[in-house]
Amino acid sequence: MEFDLGDEHRLVQSTVREWASSRLLPLAAELDRTGRYPPELIRELGDLALTGVFVPEAYSGGGMDTISYVIAVEEVARAEAALAAVLSVQNSLVCYPILAFGTEEQKQRYLPDLARGRRLGCYCLTEPTAGSDAGALRTTARDDGDSWILNGTKIFVTNGVEADVLLVYARTGEASRGHGISAFIAEKGDYGLAVGKVEHKLGIRASSTCEIVLQDCRLPKDRIVGERDRGFRVAMATLDGGRIGIAAQALGIARAALEDATAYAKERRQFDRPIAEFQATQWKLADMATRIHAGRLLTHRAAWIRDQGRRHTREASEAKLFASETAMWAATQALQIYGGYGYIQDYPVERHLRDAKITEIYEGTSEIQRLVIARHLLRNQ
Amino acid sequence: MHVVVCVKHVPDTEAQVRIRGDGRGIEESGLNFVMNYYDEHAVEEALRIKERTAGTVTVITAGPARAVEALRAALAMGADQAIHIQDAALETLDDLGVARVLAAAIAPLPHDLVLCGKLATDYNASIVGPALAEYLGLPQATAVSRLELREGSATAHREIEGAVEVLEIALPAVVTVERSINEPRYPSLPGIMKAKRTPITVRTLADLGLAPGTAGVDRRVEPLGLTPPPKRQAGRIIEGEPDVAVRELVRLLRQEAKLL
Repeated sequence: MEFDLGDEHRLVQSTVREWASSRLLPLAAELDRTGRYPPELIRELGDLALTGVFVPEAYSGGGMDTISYVIAVEEVARAEAALAAVLSVQNSLVCYPILAFGTEEQKQRYLPDLARGRRLGCYCLTEPTAGSDAGALRTTARDDGDSWILNGTKIFVTNGVEADVLLVYARTGEASRGHGISAFIAEKGDYGLAVGKVEHKLGIRASSTCEIVLQDCRLPKDRIVGERDRGFRVAMATLDGGRIGIAAQALGIARAALEDATAYAKERRQFDRPIAEFQATQWKLADMATRIHAGRLLTHRAAWIRDQGRRHTREASEAKLFASETAMWAATQALQIYGGYGYIQDYPVERHLRDAKITEIYEGTSEIQRLVIARHLLRNQ
Repeated sequence: MHVVVCVKHVPDTEAQVRIRGDGRGIEESGLNFVMNYYDEHAVEEALRIKERTAGTVTVITAGPARAVEALRAALAMGADQAIHIQDAALETLDDLGVARVLAAAIAPLPHDLVLCGKLATDYNASIVGPALAEYLGLPQATAVSRLELREGSATAHREIEGAVEVLEIALPAVVTVERSINEPRYPSLPGIMKAKRTPITVRTLADLGLAPGTAGVDRRVEPLGLTPPPKRQAGRIIEGEPDVAVRELVRLLRQEAKLL
């Protein structure tokens, strides 16, 4: 059993860490304050193929494994959480379904630009009345002979404002929950496709979140991904990888909270000594570090099982559940360690708290993750 | 144009370095090692030359097993080949000895230009580059911040105190680079994968026709020991009214800091 990272994994880690600390970390506070999406940084990540980590080299991707992906996402998130969200959507929710379910022609057409960060992707599943109950989605796709006509509204679409490539789920068959749904690729500029309301969020503010409105949106027939009416399968398979990515994002945020709180505790003096010498502070830091290590082991193991080609739905859910709750808890502890200063926006820790919260919600709420895990446990009884 | 770049695997400059119990070296366990920053700039310069002239870049290091990581990092940036000189006897060499070994490895390779960082951030000696030029019988330019290449010669801009010295130098030559020469690229993921697949040539001193006892390989400089620098004193805050405080400050500067 090998727990150390191999040579190439360590090189990925040091490369992304170096990039993130010199190119991203100095901008983190400003990106959060202004909510500015940084296309220049996405381009740099694209040059390193980090926008297509596991896309094969034949399609201009990184040609690496899921472990490299989670390492990269964690390092980016440690510096700034929103860019990690952008990266996670691009890799897991857009590149993956095209790679796993697309035709050769679709792969050639979309993957190279996505993998190199030249085009941004987004994932349109959630609707106003279909969140956790994604199967209840109502967007329709009608077969019009030589096109598909899509009608409906998608919400909470990460990267939606800037995206050139949109993975859209719509109903092509019977309205009966998971069946009868298909996946489509829409492109910015398609007739009947528009960006709707842009949301102002609590955290990960440098990534855009918006409504996508489809009004008689006309897509060529070859834009369907995978089999007709079997799109729910695409969505669920996609979420397995997506959850591992979000777990990595949460770990990065948690680590930022731990590292910032540790540095602060060594500097801040009360009662004639650094507060790092007080047991109450030490115990908080120890608990944060231990839970982060546990979360990382869960995440790396889920990534490893995925790389073995084995089913990993339960492991992905466990990793996402644990890492996201750890991030939220660790950020709270970190803010407490900063005391009054933690509440002030001049210091990074309140941002970690605001960024952490979403990891407990998107790509399957913690409640849904618990249902997924329980279902796996009870099924085998 | 065939460029050879010498790189060294050194402790991360952010790392806390501790001196070994015997005082003859540093404690390596737990230390994070990286490619010497100056050598990264040399690798980058070589890659840019390769891109302009369609040549090759060979990286070479003389170091222990862990030094292979510096070679992999250079391969991941885009270097074509790597040579690792690995030998227990390397521990006993001084800087001139290391230069002698590198020269022996480089001499049989096609080399229009040999690049390295102007110094390595561990011992800061700045000896290997110039010594390498001497052993290869090549002209040299050190601390170069700008290099323009032509057929058979080059123009090197050297940063010296308060000025820039411009040299015309015949090729092949050894050039050591300043950090200001360029901005090194990050290894890309495909680069990392390619580096993983590239075989690294390993050489011992015997392979190079050298052995302890060979002229130039025997140690001529013997390190006697390492001691930590004096601990930084805490700063002192001088309180009181300005005229009193200023007089006290002047007294301290004169009598304690001995600066006036």
